[in-house]
Amino acid sequence: MSYIWLILLLPALGVIINGFFARWVGRRGVSWIGPGVVGLAFLVACRAFFDIWALPADGRLVEEVFYTWIGSGRFTVEMALQIDPLSVVMMLVVTGVGFLIHVYSVGYMHDDPGYTRYFTYLNLFTLSMLVLVSANNFLLMFIGWEAVGLCSYLLIGFWFERDSAANAGMKAFIVNRIGDFGFLVGMMLIFVTFGTLDFTEVFHAAPGALALGGPTATLIALLLFVGAVGKSAQIPLYVWLPDAMEGPTPVSALIHAATMVTAGVYMLARCSALYVLAPFALAVVATVGVATALFAATIGLVQNDIKRVLAYSTVSQLGYMFTACGVGAFGAAIFHLMMHAFFKALLFLGAGSVIHGMGGEQDIQKMGALRRHMPVTHVTFLIASLAIAGIFPFAGFFSKDEILFSAFASGHYGVWAVAVFTAFLTAFYMFRLHFLIFHGTSRVDREMARHIHESPRVMTRPLAVLAVLSAVGGFVGIPIIYGGNKIGAFLAPALAHTEAHAPHAGVGTELGLMAFSLAVAAVGIALAWRWYLARPEVPGRIAQRYRTLYRLLLNKYFVDEIYDDLVVRPARVGSEAVYQRFDLRVIDGAVNGAGALVRSFASAIRVYQTGYVRNYALSILVGVVLVMAYYLWL
Amino acid sequence: MAAVAFYLVSAVAIACAALVIFQPNVVYSALFLIGTLLALAGLFLLLNAQFIAIVHIIVYVGAIMVLFLFVIMLLDLGRDPAGTEQLPYQRGLGIGLGVLFLAELALMVSFGGGLAGAPEGPLPAAFGYTEVLGRMLFTTYLFPFEATSILLFVAAIGAVVLGKRRG
Amino acid sequence: MTVGLAHYLFVSAVLFSLGVVGVMVRRNAIIIFMSIELMLNAVNLTFVAFGRFHHTLDGQLFVFFVMVVAAAEAVVGLAIIISVFRLRESVDVDRMNLFKW
Repeated sequence: MSYIWLILLLPALGVIINGFFARWVGRRGVSWIGPGVVGLAFLVACRAFFDIWALPADGRLVEEVFYTWIGSGRFTVEMALQIDPLSVVMMLVVTGVGFLIHVYSVGYMHDDPGYTRYFTYLNLFTLSMLVLVSANNFLLMFIGWEAVGLCSYLLIGFWFERDSAANAGMKAFIVNRIGDFGFLVGMMLIFVTFGTLDFTEVFHAAPGALALGGPTATLIALLLFVGAVGKSAQIPLYVWLPDAMEGPTPVSALIHAATMVTAGVYMLARCSALYVLAPFALAVVATVGVATALFAATIGLVQNDIKRVLAYSTVSQLGYMFTACGVGAFGAAIFHLMMHAFFKALLFLGAGSVIHGMGGEQDIQKMGALRRHMPVTHVTFLIASLAIAGIFPFAGFFSKDEILFSAFASGHYGVWAVAVFTAFLTAFYMFRLHFLIFHGTSRVDREMARHIHESPRVMTRPLAVLAVLSAVGGFVGIPIIYGGNKIGAFLAPALAHTEAHAPHAGVGTELGLMAFSLAVAAVGIALAWRWYLARPEVPGRIAQRYRTLYRLLLNKYFVDEIYDDLVVRPARVGSEAVYQRFDLRVIDGAVNGAGALVRSFASAIRVYQTGYVRNYALSILVGVVLVMAYYLWL
Repeated sequence: MAAVAFYLVSAVAIACAALVIFQPNVVYSALFLIGTLLALAGLFLLLNAQFIAIVHIIVYVGAIMVLFLFVIMLLDLGRDPAGTEQLPYQRGLGIGLGVLFLAELALMVSFGGGLAGAPEGPLPAAFGYTEVLGRMLFTTYLFPFEATSILLFVAAIGAVVLGKRRG
Repeated sequence: MTVGLAHYLFVSAVLFSLGVVGVMVRRNAIIIFMSIELMLNAVNLTFVAFGRFHHTLDGQLFVFFVMVVAAAEAVVGLAIIISVFRLRESVDVDRMNLFKW
């Protein structure tokens, strides 16, 4: 599989051409090259997928070493890619969904002055994400991890002339730093423990080197999880993701829904061999995951910004994935990651299409009855909503059900109950969003109403492709009916399993759980229909009656304000104190003191610098006489 | 005979050199410098450097000193610049150190070094002839010779740039 | 008494010292320049004298190169003096004290 380097080279070429030679290729060239390189990378990923598929199940691990990057004593890091079922699935998602979003961006960003900059960043992101998912060691993965963070920062702050965008970019970057710190420390601990950072070696040595449930294993797992919490926007570090919606909408779709934020889930799945040795860490992961899922879903109930609803929904769905990891169902997590990439990208792109058609309006209170104006967007958005709500047979049904079943079967009944309730909330808020945008009475300005239009085909075609994937994608993971779970079986060799995960629930239980969650989702949708279409006055009354709760949710539990008071302001006050006491007095004092010393010394000897040429000549002569005297008498 | 010529010519050279620096009129200084240079050419002749002696006269007296005189006349610098001496100790210190320096040089010369490994006997025939010098110049010293042509070229351009009026 | 190397070296030393003193005591830039030429010629004399007593012609060739350098230096130096004179109406080196801060 020596061709695999192409998958990195192609986006890199895109970055170079779009970044440095955009003038040569022109806007048209950028429009072809930006999506084109990602499309070609997708073909490479497909080839890699089939090659891996052709290998026997236990031999599906190919490592392509390009060269030794760092060789220092025992510490060796190779520039090497690892192709196994897990990374191939991620490559397919990144390049496939990425390609569609690139194509969509051609239409969405068409009139933006930063068009070529945008595609440069987007290609750079694709490159970084591919490095992240295909690295064969922790350090290279960390490089990709940081690089996607950088691209995220650049793209959130893409419209940096807006203060809110620039601030959101910085917030994302700084919050991610906290997580990255955990990752870095975890990585060091891995090196100290195993003497290597190579995935294969570490995971191979892990069962022997670490005791099950021992402190080292738990600590490593928790530290890596801190990194994942930052990158994947879980409690308590989720605050950056809703603000990240300041970026262009396709960016939200690609980075903040489909790929980058799932890097944490990928990392947990990649390190599953470590996590199965740390049951306590897994319990933490499951708790944080399910808590985040519920927490974000409740906030999503009342938000009025179309992209913020989707952002909280993303946080919630990521919580699901972590829940799956936490109950030991890493395969289910990756399956949901993949399905989520399809339908959440579709939702964001649909939202982008709505925003585009509405001339930049994002408040769903000012929309309504758009289905007549935007038929394609409406249908695709509906499919995605059904998928995320978990309606049979759409993609989300299978993946979400897999997670719920795993939680139930492994005996995490509490987790299961919260997850099911969250599924209900998800169905409710997604259809609230859907009905408020596309159905009911129009609340659009009359002036605006005349300009509403369906998006161009370059935008609606990716929507259609993603809609098909969201509709039928779930069939790769059908649990019982047809020969078992294909994706699960494909991923299995790359993942480790907890012993507890042997399903002690039978087919009957699974079917029963499916029916139950389906019913829950249907109730959620029905409730949304009743409140927002049939009797639109009800939500206002409820908000009146439970005013405190409503305000709490609308203000996102005041978490931003709490962080501001607990972290940001003390940090600022502390920095100010250090600045006043230490910086100004001690450091500046030392610097200025050195300066004053030199100055006084200089002014003392300055008089010898007369500026008279002959004086200087005289000093030369004195020197010559002295040197000659030295030679003559010594 | 040769000794008499040497002492005579040396005396002229040193006397003219002293006058160059100790008499006030700049034009006279230039003329005395020409005297020194001519005396030096005589010394070169005594040292079997006929070609160098002639080139010395042509280059120094014919070109460089004419240039000096031209500049002196052009800028009308017959007298020393007016104004009082700003460096009161400069004159005494300069002369004193100069004497000290000469004493040291003389001491070095009197140690009699510089002849170690010198061949005995008469000079080879054709010593200092133009043909021999030319052969060396275009073989052993070809590269420095070419480099000097670039140096002169650069100097000519530099002089034009510096001498050009602003604007 | 035959005239040896030491005699020529002594004459050269005297001329060189006179050049040095000239640079020290005179304020006129042109005279200082002439003093520098004087020092260069003193060195030329040592070259030729050493070459003569070592039976080699390399000294004379060095004089040739020194002359070229001296010519270049005189041209550039005099151009500098002219442009300074244009600026200051003087060739007094003590008034060219831009080296001082």
